[in-house]
Amino acid sequence: MAAVEQVRRLGEGTIEALRSLGAAGVILWQAIVMVPRPRTAVPLLVRQLYSVGVLSLVIIAVSGLFIGLVLGLQGYNILKDYGSESALGTFVAKTLVRELGPVVTALLFAGRAGSALTAEIGLMKATEQLASMEMIGVDPLRRIVAPRFWAGVIAMPVLAVIFSAIGVFGGKLIGVDWLGLYSGSYWGNMQSSMVFDKDILNGIIKSVVFGVAVTWIAVFQGYDCEPTSEGISRATTRTVVYSSLAVLGLDFILTAVMFGGF
Amino acid sequence: MRMRTIEITVGLFMLAGILALAFLALKVSGLSADGSQPTYRLYAHYQNTGGLAVRAKVTMAGVAIGRVSAIQLDPKTLTAKVTIDIYKSVNQISDDSVASILTAGLLGEQYIGIVPGASDTMLDGSDKHNEIEQTQSALVLEDLIGKFLFNKATADKPAAP
Repeated sequence: MAAVEQVRRLGEGTIEALRSLGAAGVILWQAIVMVPRPRTAVPLLVRQLYSVGVLSLVIIAVSGLFIGLVLGLQGYNILKDYGSESALGTFVAKTLVRELGPVVTALLFAGRAGSALTAEIGLMKATEQLASMEMIGVDPLRRIVAPRFWAGVIAMPVLAVIFSAIGVFGGKLIGVDWLGLYSGSYWGNMQSSMVFDKDILNGIIKSVVFGVAVTWIAVFQGYDCEPTSEGISRATTRTVVYSSLAVLGLDFILTAVMFGGF
Repeated sequence: MRMRTIEITVGLFMLAGILALAFLALKVSGLSADGSQPTYRLYAHYQNTGGLAVRAKVTMAGVAIGRVSAIQLDPKTLTAKVTIDIYKSVNQISDDSVASILTAGLLGEQYIGIVPGASDTMLDGSDKHNEIEQTQSALVLEDLIGKFLFNKATADKPAAP
């Protein structure tokens, strides 16, 4: 009897996983395809850009500065052993622009903005705001989900670029102003080894992909959550866990494609 | 908060992003360093280019005066044919200048250093005057060590009984 129950549970879990995958796909499709009327959509998008992007700016800027400072210190101490402190600029810029900028921004973004999106949409569902919207003929996917999705996709690369720029500046603070590296070699070596379309553009592509992944997961988890307070809390946790895992996994794939050499 | 204030803050946010991108493009990747200035084209043949890469800088007296734009194998002479773009503002490279491949620091990048000669004929990129004849290949550390060991071995030989 217990074995039959096990099989039943397995089947139920598989069907449930398939269903949520399908529902997530439908939401993504509708958020992208449904082109809203610009008169109503632009103010909605701007409002979401404010809460998703501008309000995340402080944590992004502060983390970028500290990561730049740490990279400067660690890199200097490691490179000094090989007598090549002058490569510090290259080290800091490559690490930030290629990897840490997009990835750390996406992780912070998932914690700061993704969880808020899930909780907001989840609470709307629990208090039946979404259902009443449908009742008066407003499509909640168009009114609630689409602007939040697009705001996340737009804000993510902007935040990542700001993160990298502040980080490079932080590395300069440590290397040049504190440890006395010659500023010409910091910037000069950086400029001669960084290539715009290879390093910076690939970093931006990465952050756009992460933006899609994180906001998609956040919006879907909110829209699909169980409409109770417990369900909202579970959905919020799932958003942070799933988007962190998705970001790290996607980062490996993207890095292999972009820099793996095949 | 009022809609107008929100719009202005979002505008500032996007502006900060554009400025950061401009900073990354100009200051970090040095995008403006080439392309903007008009250049003329010279060629140089090397036995061995070592680790010279496309976009490596070309200097005279330590000042960047151009960039390497292509490195190919010359199928006739089986030497490396390096294409160099020199800024038009630098037109004082005589045809007996020496172009050597140098290394910046211990682990640094390789670049081409041009030492001017004494001839009155200047290279200007025209078909007749576009080849730097005198070149000096990159120093390959393994070759040097090999030579050193070989010399040491031959020098030690007479001492043996």
